[in-house]
Amino acid sequence: MTTITVNGKQHEVVAAPDTPLLYVLRNELELNGPKFGCGLAQCGACTVHMDGKPVRSCSVQVSAVKGKVTTIEGLGTPDKPHPLQAAFVAEQAAQCGYCINGMIMTASAFLAQNPKPSEQQIRAALDGNLCRCGTHMRILRAVRRAAGGAV
Amino acid sequence: MNIDRREFLKGAGALVISFSIPELGFTQGQPDPKLQQLDAWLAVGADGQVTVFCGKVELGTGVQTALAQIVAEELDVAFGRVFMLMGDTALCPNQGPTVGSQTIYRAGPQLRQAAAEARQTLVQLAAPALGAGAEQLTVKDGMVSAPDGKNVSYAELVGGKKISRAFSGTAKPKSPDKHAIVGKPIPRVDLPGKVFGTHAFVQNLRMPGMLHGRVVRPPMPEARLERVDEASVKSLPGNVRVVVRGNFVGVAADREEQAIRAARVLKVQWTQGVELPRMEDMPAFTRATPSRDSVLSVNGGVDAALAVASKTHQAQYYVPHQMHASIGPSCAIASVTAEGATLWSPTQSSFNLRDSVAVVLGVPRDKVRLIWVEGSGCYGHNGADDATADAALMSQALGKPVRVQWMRHDEHGNEPKGVAMVMEVRGGLDAQGNVAAWDYQVWSPGHAGRPAANGPGNTLAGAQLGMPDNLSPTGADRNARPTYVFPNSRVRLHLLQSTVLRVSSLRGLGSPQNTFANESFIDELAHAAGADPIEFRIRHLKDERAVAVLEAVAKLAQWAPRPAPRGGRNAGAGRGVAFVHYDNYSGYAAIALQVNVERASGKVSVERVAAAHDCGLIVNPDGLRNQIEGNIVQTLSRALLEDVKFDTAKVTSLDWARYPILRFNDVPDEIAITLINRPDKPSVGAGEPAASPIMAAVANAIFDATGVRLRSVPFTAERVKAALA
Repeated sequence: MTTITVNGKQHEVVAAPDTPLLYVLRNELELNGPKFGCGLAQCGACTVHMDGKPVRSCSVQVSAVKGKVTTIEGLGTPDKPHPLQAAFVAEQAAQCGYCINGMIMTASAFLAQNPKPSEQQIRAALDGNLCRCGTHMRILRAVRRAAGGAV
Repeated sequence: MNIDRREFLKGAGALVISFSIPELGFTQGQPDPKLQQLDAWLAVGADGQVTVFCGKVELGTGVQTALAQIVAEELDVAFGRVFMLMGDTALCPNQGPTVGSQTIYRAGPQLRQAAAEARQTLVQLAAPALGAGAEQLTVKDGMVSAPDGKNVSYAELVGGKKISRAFSGTAKPKSPDKHAIVGKPIPRVDLPGKVFGTHAFVQNLRMPGMLHGRVVRPPMPEARLERVDEASVKSLPGNVRVVVRGNFVGVAADREEQAIRAARVLKVQWTQGVELPRMEDMPAFTRATPSRDSVLSVNGGVDAALAVASKTHQAQYYVPHQMHASIGPSCAIASVTAEGATLWSPTQSSFNLRDSVAVVLGVPRDKVRLIWVEGSGCYGHNGADDATADAALMSQALGKPVRVQWMRHDEHGNEPKGVAMVMEVRGGLDAQGNVAAWDYQVWSPGHAGRPAANGPGNTLAGAQLGMPDNLSPTGADRNARPTYVFPNSRVRLHLLQSTVLRVSSLRGLGSPQNTFANESFIDELAHAAGADPIEFRIRHLKDERAVAVLEAVAKLAQWAPRPAPRGGRNAGAGRGVAFVHYDNYSGYAAIALQVNVERASGKVSVERVAAAHDCGLIVNPDGLRNQIEGNIVQTLSRALLEDVKFDTAKVTSLDWARYPILRFNDVPDEIAITLINRPDKPSVGAGEPAASPIMAAVANAIFDATGVRLRSVPFTAERVKAALA
């Protein structure tokens, strides 16, 4: 049996070892944050952190999970928001919001490595995350805000 | 499913406002007979909370917040007291589908009136309690006060009593200068849940005993099911069940990953279907498709005017199939039992979809309850309704709740596509360089293939059971008629009687395509006249609001008048403008943008966008800006990149690699917006207007930069490079 650590808690996984991590998070752990978008690692909606690094949970087999998994639920809460979560609310940086999990998880891993990024670096960091509503300008503002730069 | 509003409110006292909606002065747009007979409901609870039963739904555009602002404003309660219950066929009135930028425009006045009626009733109840005349009372956050300082709250007035009031028509909504909540940038109520990962999209619902379903679709149009080899999935884990009905094939399993595998492994044989035309032939194929022809508008004598014009010009434009391309593939859950069916669906059309699924299931519609649950942004009729019918059919066959989650290839491959259209314009200038004649033709099928009781085959499941479909002509003519006033003009529609791919409503329906042609051609005539494109447009406009958005965008973009192109076939920087009066009755949007065209690669970068927007009285300025930004970025993506690819059998744009959309590296540096608020005008929608001018604005800017006119969307690097060669 596979055991994984998610948001600081250990879980014994029932799913077969080749099951994508995403389905374990969503269906066994009943987490709403990571989204199914493509199952092909193309859109980023399913992004979680593995030891602080952003990974596409749709394309990681649960048996290959090494280290601690953090989902957006483990990143912050309304009482104790991550600076990016606070910034996304402040900038009203969502329309349908389906991609926002991936935006915040990708950006938080990026800002942890690069706390004072340039505009180009922010865009490059998010370039692999797709948004269809066209909320890009606000998402960029939110990331700039969280990084303490000019919005 | 006889769950009604009284049962919903059982146990608690409440003031319930019910009324027949009168004709609330909808002077334009399509008349909806249902508007005159539906019941709308709003309840003020004994706790002072307000529940609004709303037939419209939240699609990610923020209407949940904006409609609640309207209700809170009229009721004089704090915004946070209003709860919107949306799209549940057992609890909400049928206010029609959530489409066409009409939610604020249509549901707004209905809810405003209901709230004003509720306030009036509560104030009348308060008057004797406070020993004052109703007209002397004031209300602040649900507290009714008399001049002598005595007061009573809505909660106290309602108490444990059941108070039912029919619509009286005597309550007058506030005048806009008294607004304290409408017009404010109130933050979206749904946004924190989306940012903290707690918001439950329909994709997150989990029912006890639920099976996971996947559907196997025919490989070609009109291919028929020959044989399903159920033994091919027998050894797979998860108690795999196979559902076969007519041409419908689905699999279900205990766990999601098991259902995905079963759908991949299941062996199915289909007959040869009907071949599709070659993509390259689409413009000619479209023009040759049998059509029903009509003249949409005519004035003067176009042919005679063209014959004597100083200059004439003619051009054909093409916009291919494009897709909604929702980030979350469609998903729905159904529980069908002998007693009836419950559907959890992200549909735009709770009532019409309920009715059509009832036909698909062969059960009376009063036995079907559809509970709307938010899905991924849809931008029109994506796969949501199909997934709902899929889940219903499978649940009926299996006797358990079934969740159907489309895969990425299901959504890209099977969602109804935005319509491919051909437009041709002939124009003539007089000796002064003014437009003397304008002759417009458009070739398009209808754009509305939404499910309804009379079109159960508009869902894939219904079609696979052999049920009839029904493509409404709506949308083909949207913005075909120019807003410009020309002495001689004619607009003709060739309404195609068949489609190449399955199509339905995509944001704006035919408006972005028709506006691409109209606003490119007016630019071409401005060039022929040697005129500045904005000055030339204004010269031909009589509508003051149209002129106002063009003047505002010129100011915002610091537009210095001069004719296009900037100079020769140079590539580099260019600017373009375009304008729309959406659907000829709704919002006004003008766009001026700046591009850079890279000669070596042909890559077009849109660097700065200026937008001026007038949609009447603004309800939530920040929500409005969010919609305008979204319209701009999404349609830049359609203009620069998007083209649904297909071979002779099927759609081949089955993932994001084969249907690229605009990414962060390529979105503009800046989008600047001027909002024109018109408190004296009705609020019309903002979900579509700013999208319509984008394709033409980009084409016009490419022309300004290069002197080369692109008349086929999308303006990919390859195409631009070829055009510049």
